[in-house]
Amino acid sequence: MDNNKIRQDFPILRRTMGGCPLVYFDNGATTLKPQPVIDAVVNYYTYLGANAHRGDYEMSGQVDEAFEGARKRAQKYLNAADVSEIVFTSGSSMGLNEVAIMVTRQFLKEGDVVLSDESEHASSYLPWTQAGKDKGVNVEFIPLDEEGKITVENFKKALHDNVKVVAFAQVSNVLGFEAPVKEIVKICHERDILVVVDGAQSTPHLPIDVQDLDVDFFALSAHKMCGPTGIGVLYGKKKYLDVLEPVFYGGESNARYTKCDLVLKDSPLKFESGTQPIEAVLGMKAAMDYIDSIGKDKIHAYEVELKKYFLEKTKDMENLIVYNRNSESGIVTFNMMDNGKMIFSQDVASYLNTKGIAVRSGQHCAKLLPDILGAPGTIRASFYFYNTKEEIDYFVEQLKTVTMANCINIFF
Amino acid sequence: MAIDPSLLREIIMDHYEYPRNKELVDDNGYLSRHMASDSCIDDITVQAKIEDGTIKDCRFDGTACTIATSSTSIMTELVVDKSVREAKEIVDNYFSMIDQKEFDEDLLEEAIAFQGVGKQANRINCATIGWKALREMLKESEGDSNE
Repeated sequence: MDNNKIRQDFPILRRTMGGCPLVYFDNGATTLKPQPVIDAVVNYYTYLGANAHRGDYEMSGQVDEAFEGARKRAQKYLNAADVSEIVFTSGSSMGLNEVAIMVTRQFLKEGDVVLSDESEHASSYLPWTQAGKDKGVNVEFIPLDEEGKITVENFKKALHDNVKVVAFAQVSNVLGFEAPVKEIVKICHERDILVVVDGAQSTPHLPIDVQDLDVDFFALSAHKMCGPTGIGVLYGKKKYLDVLEPVFYGGESNARYTKCDLVLKDSPLKFESGTQPIEAVLGMKAAMDYIDSIGKDKIHAYEVELKKYFLEKTKDMENLIVYNRNSESGIVTFNMMDNGKMIFSQDVASYLNTKGIAVRSGQHCAKLLPDILGAPGTIRASFYFYNTKEEIDYFVEQLKTVTMANCINIFF
Repeated sequence: MAIDPSLLREIIMDHYEYPRNKELVDDNGYLSRHMASDSCIDDITVQAKIEDGTIKDCRFDGTACTIATSSTSIMTELVVDKSVREAKEIVDNYFSMIDQKEFDEDLLEEAIAFQGVGKQANRINCATIGWKALREMLKESEGDSNE
């Protein structure tokens, strides 16, 4: 992997922050965009222009071809069996909400249970509590192990006859642990339990094969893998998408209707009411091309190498607490101490900002996890393939200057 | 005005490490406001005992960063034994300072330590979270007296 060449593809890496060269370590929140993605978005605005599935003219036909081509590209990206299993959404949150609403409405009854866990992002957990509250469908937790991971053993302990859905992230957004998806799916399918996987944090880093994983639903966001914001994919097995009724209605999703009858189009279009963000769909395709041209195996190996490098460089820093040393990812979740007292995560993040370093502080949308970690918040540095060891050297150098006093000095 | 920044830093550090009035009371005579930031994890409750148009006591508790904790701690000391009118003037001046407008520094005493907080725009909320709670309670107390 030619890191210097890759960095040339990201124009934003030339900007500064706080007068310093930008060191972007908030890739778990969103990723930066390479030129081919920007070009694909701009090309829609400057050349393609028309709506999809609407017109009888050349421009419109070109949009249709590009738009449905992007769907086929997404099918290949996830290795879905059928293109009708690829539904465009605004991102993982929307996809997971739609699944929770549709599945709860059509497949679940009072007393049924959805299993999730306390490391989940709000978007993987809250849709189920909210979709189920009027129907008496409750969410229960798979107990996490001492590191905050989901294990097959603990999953089995939480399982009982009323569990009808298991919903969790393939990779935790706070700690970066990979859940044992295949093993859990196998157990679930022996008991006719549906498995819904939040792929927001896995898709950018790991090769995904939904047929091999055998998940029933899988959601991703393009912006976490170098694509545009506001677009993502909901994968669902054809047998479920065929029978599920959409959450939204309107143009494009219906085949015909009268005052007393509605005939919906087949999946995926029945789930895509209204004009989609066409430029974002095309940008997402460009992002998939870009990521695959580098190779996810290489991307993941490189991120893990960066994390190991960081851990090695900081191994003598006694005031650094790392919560997820053992997760095989590019995520480092930590806190800093000063004289035996933990410095509030946001104070550290603000200090690093003045050095041009972008990290995330707080609870990272997983608001049940602090109880497990025993800290009100953490700092998350999440690396991606365009980050470098030189950036980590600089990061570590700056971390060594973190004190309570220095964190307050930024205000003067 | 040229105050040594290290002195201002000491004020913030001192109130963060040894926050004043950081304990809530279970007393119906207190007004109370729970403030949970939606953009960060600051989560504090501020209480004020307002009798006869005077702030008899002001206290807080919760989980918050250096800036939120120390600015609220300083506030609780600043407004005790002040009339509602005086307290409002202090609060108004504090918000003017945060907004980089003119303000009376004599009224703000130690709270002038936060005059540079706007340098980190995302932290303005930290420096005002406790003060917003008090501002609401002052309004509430006046509403009562007008009835």
